[in-house]
Amino acid sequence: MKLSGAQILMEVFREHQVDTVFGYPGGAVLNIYDEIYKSSAWLRHVITCHEQGASHAADGYARATGKTGVVLATSGPGATNLVTGIATAYLDSTPMVAITGNVACSLIGRDSFQEVDIKGITMPITKHNFMVKDVTRLAETLREAFSIAISGRPGPVLVDIPKDVQTATCDYTPMDSVPAPRQKAVDAPSLAKAVQLIREAERPFLYIGGGVQIAGAGQELVRLAETIGAPIGSSMMGLSSVPHSHPLFLGMTGMHGRYAASLALDRSDLIIAVGTRFSDRATGNKLEFAKNHKVLHIDIDPAEISKNIPAYVAVVADVKQALTALLAAGLPHSAPAWLAEVNALIAAPDNHLSMDAGILNPENVLKAVNSRLPADCPVATDVGQHQMWAAQYYHFEKPRTFITSGGLGTMGFGMGAAMGACIGTGLKKTVLVTSDGSFHMNMNELATAVANQLPLIVLVLNNSVLGMVRQWQTIFFDKRYSNTTLNRPTDFCLLAQAFGAKGLRLETLDKMDSVLDKTFSLPGPVVVDVRINRDEMVLPMIPPNGTVKDMILRG
Amino acid sequence: MESTRLILSLLVSNESGVLTRISGLFARRGFNIDSLSVGETENPRVSRITIQAAGDEYVRSQIVHQLEKLHDVKTVELMDASQTVLRELLLVKVHANPETRGQVLDAVTVFRAKVIDLTPATMTMELTGEGTKLDAFITYLEPLGIIEVCRTGVTAIGRGGYVLKAKEEE
Repeated sequence: MKLSGAQILMEVFREHQVDTVFGYPGGAVLNIYDEIYKSSAWLRHVITCHEQGASHAADGYARATGKTGVVLATSGPGATNLVTGIATAYLDSTPMVAITGNVACSLIGRDSFQEVDIKGITMPITKHNFMVKDVTRLAETLREAFSIAISGRPGPVLVDIPKDVQTATCDYTPMDSVPAPRQKAVDAPSLAKAVQLIREAERPFLYIGGGVQIAGAGQELVRLAETIGAPIGSSMMGLSSVPHSHPLFLGMTGMHGRYAASLALDRSDLIIAVGTRFSDRATGNKLEFAKNHKVLHIDIDPAEISKNIPAYVAVVADVKQALTALLAAGLPHSAPAWLAEVNALIAAPDNHLSMDAGILNPENVLKAVNSRLPADCPVATDVGQHQMWAAQYYHFEKPRTFITSGGLGTMGFGMGAAMGACIGTGLKKTVLVTSDGSFHMNMNELATAVANQLPLIVLVLNNSVLGMVRQWQTIFFDKRYSNTTLNRPTDFCLLAQAFGAKGLRLETLDKMDSVLDKTFSLPGPVVVDVRINRDEMVLPMIPPNGTVKDMILRG
Repeated sequence: MESTRLILSLLVSNESGVLTRISGLFARRGFNIDSLSVGETENPRVSRITIQAAGDEYVRSQIVHQLEKLHDVKTVELMDASQTVLRELLLVKVHANPETRGQVLDAVTVFRAKVIDLTPATMTMELTGEGTKLDAFITYLEPLGIIEVCRTGVTAIGRGGYVLKAKEEE
């Protein structure tokens, strides 16, 4: 069967059960878009307002579903607009395949119209990337791209396809089924050492990261915690992988971690780190962090072992497999004194810091949203104070419901990501928690949400400042508020209406329930402008490179 | 921790951009490359790269693990210096008139170098060996007036039955 390059792309999409592509057409992908037109019976294409939004949407789709997100853009600026989205996916290990068109092979290297070396540009932010200059190698390259993206530690892969390769034809042989990624068996000697270490521990602590979410290992993790009597603390990326309501779950650790989680981690004698890379935001001072504990590190990526925190014992394996193997080993429960101490930390007043209950504040708004949104619905965020408040006050119960940019910390991630998560979950009600700063970055995508009638709630925690930077200026820069006070009179309600969405304003606590009830009763995209105090802080806070001893609990 | 010299041997896909990926990885992770040499192997689809670098235990382990993550890299081996033959090729051009030529030729004999070009005013030699031998040769020639130096960087092969093999595809 002779097919064109563009047709081969569609066939490989079909093989890999790709049902949705986020993208933006242009000169170098016209032939691909022609095939997308013909494939509309089984392939949904979502056109965004900007390629960055498409890349974040593919990312949000992948995070919410565990499937590989696919994004498509034209050459030149189309391709460079993907860069932030690809880097965001790379830092958080999201499986993504990015397809870019390029100028014809004969024009490459001549600074042709809309030509960039996107392979060179994305080399350090992809797991791997390809430029296909021969149509006979297109099918195998695309299959390899999908395989690389999802296998091992997932990540983004870019395939650059020059225009003439899209039109050239060759024989195409369909592939019957996509082989499942092969997994290495858990190494028995390291497992034995891990078991020994857990047996010797008196005060074990489970510190989990995004790897638990990716591996779908929340249940195994909880069983391990119950078996050995270990409390669980999570990095931001690990949130939603185990239920917040579980009695052993202490919440987030790290810079804005919860009191009990940070203290229990500090007092433990064994940190069992699962699917995490010990980001500086999660550890603070690395020398102090590593003191007085042994670290058992379980991760699929051997390069993460002892990269940031030295591991006493390491198990390099798929997290789910490793946890299953540990559970089969017959582990003892910790001494009762340890969980008694942990429970005292949970009950401590410092573990229950609240904002001023008498006024409208992020805590009561997020808790009110939490009580209205079903547990299996995704919550996306942008980056800044609102993101930390969502991580702290929203209680995630179901895996893959917290969609947030951790490693890269991408402001402007939220709109695209929320749309992708919403579409990926079959149009579940989706909440984007954002702020006036972040929303201003990519709010153009509201038009995409309206065009697709997505059941999206955009909660703008509006404090008229860049809150997180301002918080640092308050604490570390003697209140010199350089460029963080925004004199923007943007009317988010009018803005929403201009885009064809609904807009609501929430200014006082007494209106909170009625406005939120109204919000949740509306079907289509709705923007809620929530006015909050500009001096609200994210607390607790451990200053950068600090330890639990430096924890700031009150403003 | 103490920083020591390390020799890495890599088998990589003979694809465009492989060198950029490897040198880019060193640059962005903050590791230095002291020398790098590359060439085809008995298999035209595979190239072999020898990298000389320096680092402590941490850098050593990170370099290997990060390189192993690159899709085009088939094998990374930290070579054991005592079980490895290291060689480098030097081409050096010096001022040499009929009066000073004798001094240069003495060095050529002692170092077992080879004269590969001669003019009334210059002499060009090639010398193969370990880096320290090349350094010593250059040091001797310096007072005579070196015009140009070219070095290939280190290449390395294991002694005896030790063969660098591509790891099984996972």
